[in-house]
Amino acid sequence: MEAGGASAPRTRLAVAGARATTEAMLRNQPRRDVIRNAVFAGLLLLAVVIALAGLLALILQALAKGSSAISPDLVNNPPSTAFPDKAGYRPAIIGSLELIAGVLLFIVPVGVGAALYLEEYADKSRWWNTVIEVNIQNLAAVPSIIYGILGLAFIVRGPLDLGFILVAGSLTLALLVLPMVIIASREALRAVPDSIRQGSLALGATQWQTIRRQVLPAAIPGVATGVILAVSRAIGETAPLLLVGATVFVTFDPTPFGTDGYSAMPVQIFNYALRPQEEFQALAAAGIILMLVVLLAMNSFAIWLRNRYEQRW
Amino acid sequence: MSSQTTTATEPAGEPPRRLQAQSKRYGERAIKWALAFCALLSVLTTTAIILSLIGPTIGFFEIVPGSEFFFSFDWTPQFEPPSFGVLGVVAGTVNVVIWSMLVAIPLGLATAVYLSEYASPRLRRTIKPILEVLTGIPTVAIGFFAVSFILPEIIVPLWPGEFLGGAEGKPFMALAASLGIALMVVPIIATLSDDAMRAVPRGLHDGAYALGATKVKVATRVIFPAALSGIVASVVLAISRAVGETMIVLLAAGNTPNATLNPVESVQVMTSYIATTATGDIATGSIDYKSVFAVGAVLFVMTLIMNVVSIRLVRKYREVYE
Repeated sequence: MEAGGASAPRTRLAVAGARATTEAMLRNQPRRDVIRNAVFAGLLLLAVVIALAGLLALILQALAKGSSAISPDLVNNPPSTAFPDKAGYRPAIIGSLELIAGVLLFIVPVGVGAALYLEEYADKSRWWNTVIEVNIQNLAAVPSIIYGILGLAFIVRGPLDLGFILVAGSLTLALLVLPMVIIASREALRAVPDSIRQGSLALGATQWQTIRRQVLPAAIPGVATGVILAVSRAIGETAPLLLVGATVFVTFDPTPFGTDGYSAMPVQIFNYALRPQEEFQALAAAGIILMLVVLLAMNSFAIWLRNRYEQRW
Repeated sequence: MSSQTTTATEPAGEPPRRLQAQSKRYGERAIKWALAFCALLSVLTTTAIILSLIGPTIGFFEIVPGSEFFFSFDWTPQFEPPSFGVLGVVAGTVNVVIWSMLVAIPLGLATAVYLSEYASPRLRRTIKPILEVLTGIPTVAIGFFAVSFILPEIIVPLWPGEFLGGAEGKPFMALAASLGIALMVVPIIATLSDDAMRAVPRGLHDGAYALGATKVKVATRVIFPAALSGIVASVVLAISRAVGETMIVLLAAGNTPNATLNPVESVQVMTSYIATTATGDIATGSIDYKSVFAVGAVLFVMTLIMNVVSIRLVRKYREVYE
């Protein structure tokens, strides 16, 4: 921007002059325009306030309704219809943790692998690679209940025939969030400049050595962001689990392959929320608080991570 | 290029050196194929979705005539004789989606215009991450909020008396679900449209100001039209999300098949029919089981069309400006 040495004062003078003229012109705007601008800006701000207020109200309402039910019982006790004041989420929490462990085992290798293929190996001019790409973008927007149908017909019954076990739920959720991981990982890989790859290849590294030692380490923050966001989506997802056998009243600690049924946090919340009694409503709200604390912390961390390590090469 | 052998610049006496890899590097190839398989898994997922929908849907149409399914508004699978007019639940979906979009589109777009044109960089850096974090609120929480707060504390007190039958004393209604869905999609519309508006080249923006345009004119007549394909894509994606949303509707809209656009009625939508019918104990091969897949196929095709439109629109604006 600097015009350099001798002309700098002159540039500064010209800029100051232009700025003064602009400001004078702006002040001479017709009254109508000034009012119109102010009204428009006011309306926009109102929309922002309404959007944020709605979401704030959601959090405050959960706190107001659920704070009475927050106690160690909430995480230590199984659900109960007879003693709602002692009921809790223990099997649901354990179920959710096991579901998420399975999701992670699946989405990290497969998601990163797919992204690596599409970014590092695929020839973009080939039609089949375009098909894969569009297909992934579409899968990211397929309704979650459709994944439930897939899980029911393909994983629980049908070809895989696993039955109503926790692993089937885990696999269904993994397929649901896989596109998110692939899309985020691809963006992270694309942000690594080509000069890094070329430098590595020029030094004699093979393509895989280049990817493993140079490209992947540089892309890790972006990949991690995608994985965290995907996991937080999987934790909060309810609808597909209803179809693949997450039964709502499990009073024992679920196991990955147990055929007696399993439960998950959002499914248990849903069940409590359907019951009109005050105690169950409070339990539902308390469960929501618990989930919001975990999910908002995870999402905030993911977005912080992305913004912090968004490298400008 | 790696297959060329260089001979011209070799010093005399030494044999020409080959630039080809010395071994075949089977490991490298195996890795490539393993990664390609991971990518292919996504195509297999789509194929599996389509296959699992098609089979039972064909079985369904062997029992229920297509004319009844596609052209009747009577959705009463539990009656004797049952009637499977899918328009009955499609109407419920349309009801919920229309009212949610009437609220969400203006709010989302206004938020996007504010973020990209009005907010100071600092304010933007605060609001945008908040919106992004909020897209992660589980829908079961939004559904609970819709039925236990939006309905009794907002809709009932503000509803104009007996208008459309009145809102008083109703435990469920489409409008509560609509407002919950609006809450869910406003951050989606706002962040995606903001991205689209910020992808408009700075020059268009500065040029309009230099010609003396006011801030309103720059925002509404220059930036907004220039970003239109991205904005429409965000709205289409939001509609697709609203159509496929299950938990909010299941909790707040009741579950009564009702072919009406009246927002204060209780309705059943496609997703809530699937979620309440296809629970663990449903018998494989029964007509109810098959009807779930038929409704699922309709839902899948509807959202597929919207997703493809949205993806194409985003590609279009990327081509123009990036």
